[in-house]
Amino acid sequence: MSWLTNFVRPKLRALGIKPDVPDNLWIKCPNCEQMLFHRELAANLHVCHYCDHHLRLPAADRLAMLFDEGAFQTIELPETIADPLRFRDRRRYSERLRDARHGDDRRDAVLVGHGTMGGHPAVVAAFDFGFMGGSMGVAAGESLLAAANLAVLQDAPLIVVPASGGARMQEGILSLMQMPRTVIGVQQVREAGLPYIVVLADPTTGGVTASFAMLGDIALAEPGAIVGFAGTRVIQETIREKLPAGFQRAEYLHDHGMVDMVVHRRALRDRLISLIGLLRHPRPKAEVVSLERRGEGAGKTSDKAPQEKVGAAPGPADPKGSPAKGA
Amino acid sequence: MRTFLDFEKPVAELEGKIEELRHLSDGGDINIAEEVGRLQTKVDRLLRQTYAKLSPWQKVQVARHADRPHVQQIVSTLIEDFVPLSGDRLYGEDAAVVGGIGRFRGYSVVVVGQEKGSDTEGRVRHNFGMAHPEGYRKARRLMALADQFGLPLLTFVDTPGAYPGIGAEERGQAEAIARCIDASLQLRVPVICSIIGEGGSGGAIAVATGDRILMMEHAIYSVISPEGCASILWRSAERATEAADALRLTAEDLAKLGVIDGIVPEPLGGAHREPAAAIAGLGDAVEAALHEVRSLDGSVLRARRREKFLAMGKTGLS
Repeated sequence: MSWLTNFVRPKLRALGIKPDVPDNLWIKCPNCEQMLFHRELAANLHVCHYCDHHLRLPAADRLAMLFDEGAFQTIELPETIADPLRFRDRRRYSERLRDARHGDDRRDAVLVGHGTMGGHPAVVAAFDFGFMGGSMGVAAGESLLAAANLAVLQDAPLIVVPASGGARMQEGILSLMQMPRTVIGVQQVREAGLPYIVVLADPTTGGVTASFAMLGDIALAEPGAIVGFAGTRVIQETIREKLPAGFQRAEYLHDHGMVDMVVHRRALRDRLISLIGLLRHPRPKAEVVSLERRGEGAGKTSDKAPQEKVGAAPGPADPKGSPAKGA
Repeated sequence: MRTFLDFEKPVAELEGKIEELRHLSDGGDINIAEEVGRLQTKVDRLLRQTYAKLSPWQKVQVARHADRPHVQQIVSTLIEDFVPLSGDRLYGEDAAVVGGIGRFRGYSVVVVGQEKGSDTEGRVRHNFGMAHPEGYRKARRLMALADQFGLPLLTFVDTPGAYPGIGAEERGQAEAIARCIDASLQLRVPVICSIIGEGGSGGAIAVATGDRILMMEHAIYSVISPEGCASILWRSAERATEAADALRLTAEDLAKLGVIDGIVPEPLGGAHREPAAAIAGLGDAVEAALHEVRSLDGSVLRARRREKFLAMGKTGLS
């Protein structure tokens, strides 16, 4: 409009001078509309300190909050065909994809990392809702399959945190095929005897919910997360009735028996660690031997017996690394 | 009373004329018979021309045609001694999914199909082919039955999609579909899936993960309905024609993408013009597909089925 915006700013931009101040220092809570300072928000795991609303978490932050000391390694995700249908709506899909990838190193909506959680090795695949609505196309499907493979290779549990509007329309039928494909990934983890835990984050809908996301051995959900198959608008247009309060929210799903528990983000990591520990190390760290049996053993192989008992413990996979004493 | 689609108007006019002439003739008037024959040739030519180059949107209309053969017709024609089975043993019976045991060309099989209904009453009873969780859980139950008795599973897909409703969500629509996919990928018996009309998104894939996936020539199979896609990406359901183009939902495109294994040709002018011939053709195609996989060991079948799906998405359309 003014001389400043029309002339000076483009010139400055052409000189490559970037403004020092990022414009998103303050974020408005979508629930209570309080302004939240970005650093405080990040320190609070993107949970509003006024109303406890769980804001959407970028995939990298999700991985950082789950792994020990926030340390993890991401894996290089398989190269997949971009724009398989040469899809075009009002814009070309290839352009939309390029825009989504622009300015950061995300290739697509899923990030896969591995590291330890409470000392247990673990693989985590997290969705980025910020990347085209977390929609699942070929790349996301391949990423989940890669995560499943990695879990099997590392003999580690797989934790998936979906946050997705569903299938990526621009990849048409190939997006739909990611439903059976990701289910195959789940089956591979299951067959390896490894836990598969899903943390339903806001929002999890459509083809993502109707495939791998609802197949967790254990299903956790974040407070207030929308989890469902059909979108609320579609349901409303179909039935022409008012939807019940809290419909498709995590708590509502819990009440209807669809998830095991709703877990606050601050408690999530500890909850996952205890679940992994229980599922992966079902036996005591060392066998608890009754006094009678101890007596029997002592009679025969007096000095070897205690060592054997300790040896029966889970051993190297012991997460705390603390050898059991005096069992 | 035949239903004509918009683009079939010229055919409708010609057939109207033929009908009139037939009324006029009554006796054995040779001139009229000649004229009728001439017009019939014209109708055939017109149909051939129109149906050889149907646009994706026209295919959508054909796939949804009310006179198109539905599952119940297919079952009553192709399956002998059919015994319908009901219920998911958990909550209810869902008539959108038809299933049972019967004999297909000599062999016992389990059948699971989605039924849209053929008249108003039927459509209401079958909920327009939109299943609730009970329907998918019933399908899963029948899959387990097939596995237990080593019977091949034949599925017939024809649904606008899973039903979007409050009860459906509360009872775990997504979970029901996911478990159905999970179960069908685990089966150690041959699974032949046929997309006979509308393959609508998650509601379709729930019963479409087989060893062979066949598709009728004018059927459609898509991640979202063209109307749904248009209202999201174009922000207007009016643009469904364009969305139908972009989505690549025709049998021809899906074969190129490696998503389906075979296209079942339809009679001239579409399956709705000659349902009996269409069903017979489908029966032959299913039998041939079954023959290809019948002798395979259960674990080989399951492994190959997985490989088949894992291989999808490597190539795109040029």
